[in-house]
Amino acid sequence: MEPWVIETHEIEKSFGSQAALKGLDLQVPTGSIFGFLGRNGAGKTTTIEVLLNIVKPDRGTASVFGVPVTDTRQSVVVRERIGFVSEDKELYPYMTVSQVLRFTRPFFPKWRADLEKRYLDMFRLPLNKKVSDLSKGMRSQLMLLLAIARGADLLILDEPTDGLDPAAVEDVLRELVSIAAANETTIFFSSHQLAEVEQIAEHVCILDRGRAVVVGALDDLKARYQRIQVVVERELESPVRWVDGVEHVRQEGRTISLLVSRNVEAILHQVRSLPGASSEQFSVGLKDIFMETVRNN
Amino acid sequence: MILRLNPASGIPLYLQLVEQVKHAIETEAIRAGDQLPSVRKMAEDLVINPNTVVRAYRELEQEGIIELKHGAGAYISNSVVSRTKLMRKAQGVVETAVDRLESLDLTEDEVRRLVENELAARKSVKPAKK
Repeated sequence: MEPWVIETHEIEKSFGSQAALKGLDLQVPTGSIFGFLGRNGAGKTTTIEVLLNIVKPDRGTASVFGVPVTDTRQSVVVRERIGFVSEDKELYPYMTVSQVLRFTRPFFPKWRADLEKRYLDMFRLPLNKKVSDLSKGMRSQLMLLLAIARGADLLILDEPTDGLDPAAVEDVLRELVSIAAANETTIFFSSHQLAEVEQIAEHVCILDRGRAVVVGALDDLKARYQRIQVVVERELESPVRWVDGVEHVRQEGRTISLLVSRNVEAILHQVRSLPGASSEQFSVGLKDIFMETVRNN
Repeated sequence: MILRLNPASGIPLYLQLVEQVKHAIETEAIRAGDQLPSVRKMAEDLVINPNTVVRAYRELEQEGIIELKHGAGAYISNSVVSRTKLMRKAQGVVETAVDRLESLDLTEDEVRRLVENELAARKSVKPAKK
């Protein structure tokens, strides 16, 4: 088995004069739950469209299951192994839920009737209602069902919990956890809900303006990143040239707040050289890391 | 045993899980010989990544708190009983210390900060004890 289910190298993509991706490198480990984060317009959906060969990159390469996404000969085989939930949750609006199911099943030889039933029950989807009459939440749930029941090895979910109420969000997250525990399924999901990413993701990538600004295992990031709060005797006349590892600096009066990602010893050494400095260290969550790296750039 | 994790905290989830299992043992919500839920069950109950549970269980095993029996699950090991007793004894020390600090008119928050600062200071002087 390939170590990476998804691998991209230096992907660039512009729409007109608008650069959506500016050299994206991405490696998604097999069997992981991977959270793909970024603000609106950061390039999340474009990345997913590149992976699904809906959009062609201007430069760079992308492969899924070790197969280049542009390889049209193998694309059918690859697509069978991918379950995809799009951001707009688009489905044929004139079909009923049961028609959608009947229409979809034959495309996938590994269709799991047991999972189909399980999710129909859990999400309480009305079989005889037309897709156009479903709420956004129900459409999300139906798409998720279609993606999961095909027995995919890779789920690519673009904002899978968007539009769901908190209880339904928890249901979806629990199912994703359960799928990851039961199989070798890789789950790649984009979101701007930091809380849910923090809850279930093992690896994260924070995308900002077409580039990956933070990548890694979430636990490692939390262990590495911290905030050092410094109070100095008198306000500094000129800004400090901080050593490597200081990701973001905020200064208000005599208080300086540093977000650091590595090199803590050297940074603390530098802090001690400031006039009358005292410092405290705090652990930080994904939200701090997100806010300060994204705002910084 | 009811566990509650806080994903938004800066403390990695697996460490939170480790701490909570230890706490559950100290309060005797679980006892030596008891079985912990399977990785999958624990992940589903807490809605966290299964690998987070695996990592926590491995950490607990390394600390001698649980025994992982292949294919049969995770059990609280018998050696934790002595730790529990020790913790209970230490409880008395803490009670006396906090009583004395309170008699100095320190607030709860100040006491907590004092203890945390002292622990942090010790950690920076000598390498962390494992």
